[in-house]
Amino acid sequence: MIGRRWRRRLTNGVMTGLVALLSFLAVLALVLILGDLVARGASSLDWSFFTKNPVPAGESGGGVANAIVGTAILVGLAALIGLPVGIGTGLFLAEYGSGRLGWVVRFVADVLNGTPSIVVGIFAWTWLVKPMGHFSALAGSVALAMLMVPMLARTTEEMVRLVPHSLREAALALGYPRWRTSLRVIARTALAGIVTGCLVGIARVAGETAPLLFTALGNLNFSTSVLQPMQTLSLQIYVYATGPFDEWHRLAWAAALVLMGLVLLLSLAARWAIRQRHGAAR
Amino acid sequence: MAPPADARLQLQTVRLTALYGRLAAVKDVSILFPKHTVTALIGPSGCGKTTFLRCLNRMHELSEGGWITGKVLLDGVDVYEPSIDAIQLRRRIGMVFQRPTPFPTMSIYDNVAAGLRVNGRRPKAELDAAVEGALRRAALWDEVKDRLRHSALALSGGQQQRLCVARALAPEPDVLLLDEPTASLDPAGTQHIEELCHELKARYTIVIVTHNLQQAARISDYTAFFYLGDLVELGRTEELFTKPTKEKTEAYITGRFG
Repeated sequence: MIGRRWRRRLTNGVMTGLVALLSFLAVLALVLILGDLVARGASSLDWSFFTKNPVPAGESGGGVANAIVGTAILVGLAALIGLPVGIGTGLFLAEYGSGRLGWVVRFVADVLNGTPSIVVGIFAWTWLVKPMGHFSALAGSVALAMLMVPMLARTTEEMVRLVPHSLREAALALGYPRWRTSLRVIARTALAGIVTGCLVGIARVAGETAPLLFTALGNLNFSTSVLQPMQTLSLQIYVYATGPFDEWHRLAWAAALVLMGLVLLLSLAARWAIRQRHGAAR
Repeated sequence: MAPPADARLQLQTVRLTALYGRLAAVKDVSILFPKHTVTALIGPSGCGKTTFLRCLNRMHELSEGGWITGKVLLDGVDVYEPSIDAIQLRRRIGMVFQRPTPFPTMSIYDNVAAGLRVNGRRPKAELDAAVEGALRRAALWDEVKDRLRHSALALSGGQQQRLCVARALAPEPDVLLLDEPTASLDPAGTQHIEELCHELKARYTIVIVTHNLQQAARISDYTAFFYLGDLVELGRTEELFTKPTKEKTEAYITGRFG
């Protein structure tokens, strides 16, 4: 008996230690990345970094204002296209997706979810860049939207499914038509979760580089036209980090820090939205 | 055994059979529900009483594979006629469920107003009056009148259930269906709901499913005993409980099974 007790205690101790170690490793990766970014990039973050455009190679100074604005426009446009489609698909799957069509849509979404982002980029290049004859922010946004849609569809579906069935019945018993039950009661109850899914989805595509390489292309100048090539932080990092100049490397680190900070902010916003779920109405 | 003929009858089922796919959960049940009475449906779990209740406001047909044969007459009109809109019907027949189901994103006020708003816009003063009236009838007004804009989730379980009663009453239905409304409540909450039944039957026809035999005896005028989908016995509550005519009924109410 004594032996068994000790063995149990030992197993418990070893397993607890093991999972603690593994969690520590997971957190360590984030801490190292962030620490490195801060150590190498923070010193370059000054006013001109955020307000000036890149200067010609070899010159010192300059900033990434065009890339920051470009990221905002590109990701904003992608959200504008992707959110309605993704949320709509998710609602459809949760409310009407029990049949064959639902199965097909779900399957397609899952496959699309696993598609490498560069493949999506090639697709956008074939169908938008080539017919239009030039690279454009719009093509980049469409590519990002395509990455967002399956993610949003699946998270929205999950969130809507979490709403208890009894709530749906209560609304229907009160004389709510089906569509109104879906929108006014079910979707509204799942809203915090859906918003969280959107923020996570946006954060996820904000850092994408591959699908933008041959769609938005990048732009050394300040541009807000969605029909022209546009710079983003991720593209800027790609160009600067692989370039030959120390000045570029310095800026790449700083840009990476800004991008990481943006993603962190979005994640924090998502956390905050989850907390609101348990908050009071109004 | 049958209710007296002079009672004006409001709701009636005629040879109602409720099925899930090919499986009959309620078999050939005919019951009269006289106006302004409380009828209790009792019987062991799975005997079909909830399914029967859900046929009355056409909620059963929303269940997977749910369909019926027979008739449900409300004021003489078969509610399963093609010309009858199930959504409109459900506004005439209120329902309260086993667990409180307040809409979590809505305030107390909005919960009660929900059934009214779905029926079209109306002036705020009228809405205010209807909400207050419904909350008063559900004996909840005094407890919530100062926090109508607060979340309905802040209420206790018993209060939430009375809120659901108020929400069902607000559209002024003719019939109130209660599906084990006290199953998840503490004794105080249960007593509140039972007292409500007494007061509400002056205005509404009430059908209540309950597992609690004492409750059925306390609050109902008529009691229907279901077993395995069959209506075994229907009668005045005091008669059914004191001198049941069927052996099965006696066995159940004396606690020998179920």
